[in-house]
Amino acid sequence: MLEVRNLHRRFGGVVALAGVSLAVAERSITALIGPNGAGKTTAFATIAGFHHPDSGHVRFAGRDITGWPPERIARLGLVRTFQIVQPFGGLSVRDNIAVGAHLHLASRAEARAEAEAVAHRLGLGADLDKPANALPIAGRKRLELARALATRPRMLLLDEVMAGLNPGEVGALLPTIRAIRDDGVTLLMIEHVMQAVAELAERCIVLAEGRVIAEGAVADVARDPIVVDAYLGEGAASRLAGDHAA
Amino acid sequence: MRWVPRAGIAVLLLAGMLPLAFPSGFVLTAATLMLLTTILGQSWNILGGYGGQSSFGHALFYGTGAFTTALLQVRFGWNAWAAAAAAIVAGALVGAVAGALVFRQGLRGSYFALVTLAFAEIARVAVSSFDITGGGFGLLVPLHRGAAAFQFADPRVPYWIAWLVVLFGVMLAFGLERSRFGARLVAVRENEDAARALGIAPVRVKTAAAALSAGLAATAGVLYLQIFLFIDAANGFGVAVSVQALLGPILGGLATPWGPLFGALALRVVAELVHAVLGSLPGIDLAIFGVILILILRFAPGGIAAIGARRDA
Ligand SMILES: Nc1ncnc2c1ncn2[C@@H]1O[C@H](COP(=O)(O)OP(=O)(O)O)[C@@H](O)[C@H]1O
Ligand SMILES: [Mg+2]
Repeated sequence: MLEVRNLHRRFGGVVALAGVSLAVAERSITALIGPNGAGKTTAFATIAGFHHPDSGHVRFAGRDITGWPPERIARLGLVRTFQIVQPFGGLSVRDNIAVGAHLHLASRAEARAEAEAVAHRLGLGADLDKPANALPIAGRKRLELARALATRPRMLLLDEVMAGLNPGEVGALLPTIRAIRDDGVTLLMIEHVMQAVAELAERCIVLAEGRVIAEGAVADVARDPIVVDAYLGEGAASRLAGDHAA
Repeated sequence: MRWVPRAGIAVLLLAGMLPLAFPSGFVLTAATLMLLTTILGQSWNILGGYGGQSSFGHALFYGTGAFTTALLQVRFGWNAWAAAAAAIVAGALVGAVAGALVFRQGLRGSYFALVTLAFAEIARVAVSSFDITGGGFGLLVPLHRGAAAFQFADPRVPYWIAWLVVLFGVMLAFGLERSRFGARLVAVRENEDAARALGIAPVRVKTAAAALSAGLAATAGVLYLQIFLFIDAANGFGVAVSVQALLGPILGGLATPWGPLFGALALRVVAELVHAVLGSLPGIDLAIFGVILILILRFAPGGIAAIGARRDA
């Protein structure tokens, strides 16, 4: 479904992506993890057309979408959410989500009806008439997901939609995300909440310093010494192993 | 019904019946100007209110409308109605080109305001520099009374035509609020990146809004010309026109269907009162409008419609 080859992107002197390659199978849930500053969000932004890659290629649904503007990529069915939420602040929750629904529905009434259905699905049913700015952060995170989902995407790039949710809220969102996949949507999700990664993702890709350093089944990746080092610092894996031996 | 639409409908109906009480003269002329200011404000409100792209040079489009129809009639002998249609299209085209130029560059916020202001000033200087546009004097459309020439001996007829355009402007705003295009325009105003992530092409949406807005402003310019049969650089492209265009909706209620009508009414009443007291000093209108703008921004940032909406709440 999505294939990224050798993506490079730098900001001035900062190399955010130093040759990222990854592939995501249709109808799968894949987690993209890695320490802060690894380049995960930049990878999403570059895949979704918000940044031009310095080099490399992005293929989606059999087409080379490298360099396409974001709106064209979204219309092809690849839709991202924003880690730093970007609500249409002055609009109601309903109207926020309806903007997404308008991608495939011309009628205002139908778009609003679809917005309401999506809102109920994501637990925003009670907030439909509130301005998006009035939602607490957890609500705004869900709004990001709701708006993207209302476009009826083929693939979603979810950037830390669980961040800031309490364990109960995370637990409530897990079946919803699984249901989205069961509806045929491919998911690539940046996630720090390991409970969500472990329960949802079939595969896991680990990014550090702009490179993919490991990928595979979540349980295997979590034990990979390279990954442990990337999170906890050089040598951490062997120190942990040493502790166990002692 | 709530306060705002009730007041809006009342003002609109009273304005429609005003010529029955004042078939000609000072009041009708003031009311005619009020309607033209409303249309101009409705035009500005599409792009500046719903689209969040403030223009400081809406006179560019208004003047394009007035001068295009005047030129076509005076210099090329066109029929007034055909010239009016061409002028409205010309206005919309100028809007589309100005919009595309700015928006394609990815320039946001105040750049559009500055570019439109600059273009309007260039146009003002240009038309006063060339003989074909009347130079320093302006263009006078010869008198040919008759419906075929879009000239009416009875001043109530153009008044009612302007009133119908105001009605159209109100319906256009309601239409925006009930359409996908309007939803996209507002989404782009609220957050351009989020809009793009949902498949909206901001340049296209804003450029379309600029064309629509400019076409309506040009319509106001055409009406002005047909009513007064005269246009010059200051009346067409002057800063006072641009200021009125933005002041009406800001005073009346930004991004609301009735705001431009409330705003234009308030502006006209204040302007006429001041004229009655002080006489018409040069530049007095602009000075008054500046004071009004400061007062709104200080005391009622949402304008008249917001005051009404608060009473409803
Ligand atoms: N727009 C930008 N301008 C400059 N530097 C940026 C920008 N976006 C990201 N970076 C830098 O790129 C690196 C990767 O950031 P990011 O992709 O946000 O990481 P992650 O999402 O994995 O935490 C960081 O060093 C960050 O400071
Ligand atoms: Mg990030």
